[in-house]
Amino acid sequence: MSAADAPVAGLAVDPTAVLSVRGLRVSFGDHVVLERLDLDVAEHECVVLLGASGSGKSTLLRAVDLLEEVDDGVVALRGVDVTDPRVDADTVRARLGLVFQAYNLFDHLTLLDNLTLAPRLVHRRPRAEAEADAVAMLDRVGLAGREGAYPGQLSGGQQQRAAIARALLTGPDLLLLDEVTSALDPALVGEVLDILASVRATGTTMLVATHELGFARRVADRVCFLHAGRVWESGPPSIIDDPGTPELAAYLGG
Amino acid sequence: MTWEPSPVAVERAAFRAGRRRRSFAVAALSTLVLVAAAVLVVVTSPGWERTRDAFLDVDRGLEVLPALLEGLWLNLRVWVVTVVVSLVVGLLLAIVRTTASPVLFPLRALVAAYVDVFRGLPLLLVLLLVGFGLPSLRLPWLPGDGVYLGTLAIVLTYTAYTAEIFRAGINAVHPAQVTAARALGLTRAQTTRRVVVPQAVRNTTPALLNTVVSLQKDSGLISILGAVDAIRAAQIAVTGAYNFTPYVVAGLLFLLVSIPLTRAVDAYSERRGWGATRPAAGVAR
Ligand SMILES: Nc1ncnc2c1ncn2[C@@H]1O[C@H](COP(=O)(O)OP(=O)(O)OP(=O)(O)O)[C@@H](O)[C@H]1O
Ligand SMILES: [Mg+2]
Repeated sequence: MSAADAPVAGLAVDPTAVLSVRGLRVSFGDHVVLERLDLDVAEHECVVLLGASGSGKSTLLRAVDLLEEVDDGVVALRGVDVTDPRVDADTVRARLGLVFQAYNLFDHLTLLDNLTLAPRLVHRRPRAEAEADAVAMLDRVGLAGREGAYPGQLSGGQQQRAAIARALLTGPDLLLLDEVTSALDPALVGEVLDILASVRATGTTMLVATHELGFARRVADRVCFLHAGRVWESGPPSIIDDPGTPELAAYLGG
Repeated sequence: MTWEPSPVAVERAAFRAGRRRRSFAVAALSTLVLVAAAVLVVVTSPGWERTRDAFLDVDRGLEVLPALLEGLWLNLRVWVVTVVVSLVVGLLLAIVRTTASPVLFPLRALVAAYVDVFRGLPLLLVLLLVGFGLPSLRLPWLPGDGVYLGTLAIVLTYTAYTAEIFRAGINAVHPAQVTAARALGLTRAQTTRRVVVPQAVRNTTPALLNTVVSLQKDSGLISILGAVDAIRAAQIAVTGAYNFTPYVVAGLLFLLVSIPLTRAVDAYSERRGWGATRPAAGVAR
């Protein structure tokens, strides 16, 4: 099956889904990374994106957060097309949480200031209130008492847990996570994945790009395999052990 | 691979084009209003007639143009020399200053003192001291000509600037880059030459280009020492005749060089992704 003979994706989004992507196309010059990509993430759902390196997982997450210009297609949040240039991108991003692989925290701020920056600047919360929430959130990710520490004084795993806490603090509609454990050593991967599992248990809607199959099996409601610019295969976590397409089998085998 | 933009994409592109057109129209209109207001204020001012005759005399301008062009040619030559020397020497000084070798300590101290002094002195003062102070030493090998002494003064000051820019650039190279190079077996000198300096130069190019642009203007300061550059030529032409048009022409000649230069620098920066008008790395909107 090539992209040319695939049916043209309909652009009708699912208004009940938290995230609904239709016919998404993103390219860099001549290099088309995503093409006619459709994807839905329902309320309280945790969707894990799998795919070879370079398959476009990061590009998809960045496009959803409006950090990447899209050529075509629709990204809708709760039925509202946010790729429309009339929509204010900052307002959209304020409703989303995004955590990258590394370099998430601002090195010049303490953990507490890292966490309260957006609540105070973007969401106009009073300082005392924002700080109380931040302290509680740090406690939740196992960083109680480290409010005054600077990112450079923390381990990689602690930094990622703080970054996740920061993303959660504003109560995002959707949490986007891009290989948040791939810069960590194995001992630290576990602690971050445990935090994510507990976040998942509170019903936060999540879209997670990762190569951690164990995490996908344990936490995902649904697994989407990206290949050739679109969701090539999608299903329950059990498809990891019983792939339906040779491409997914090759990714898992390699 | 064929891609027919969907109606949604077509509509979005049309909306963006419309918004661009509207911004352009607004910009053009507000510019027009501002320029019209400025012209009106000048032309209706009580002294306008006299000012026009004294500063904007076209015939007088054409008359002095050849002499001013000759002067400008001197400015351009001085500019090229000062750019080349201060960039090359500035980089060498910065490298010396960032070495750790104890043998080079006296040299490092000397460079630090030089930079401190010449960065802290007004260029005008350096010009006067070099231009009138050095000749009074009556060194037989020292040319007494204002062009050479002026160039020397500008080089002294600007080399201190560029050395500081390069030093900041060298210090900004991440330590892990040096470690990685040393881990590959490169010597300290090889690491400096092949890894640190290229990155430092890349990091500091925008700041250096600004320095190059301001050198072009400051080359006019050699006129203080009597060198017959464009400014001095204008001064000579003004003397005796109560007509300041030569100054205006000299100003236009400088702009004729510096405006295309700044535009070219901006366009280059833009292409390399350092532009001020572009959103930060990869943020679409
Ligand atoms: N800013 C950019 N300019 C040009 N090409 C880019 C850019 N960003 C990404 N790409 C290209 O897009 C493709 C997809 O990249 P992306 O980072 O989305 O992959 P990924 O699935 O996240 O891979 P990984 O698992 O290695 O993180 C790659 O081929 C990459 O080279
Ligand atoms: Mg990626």
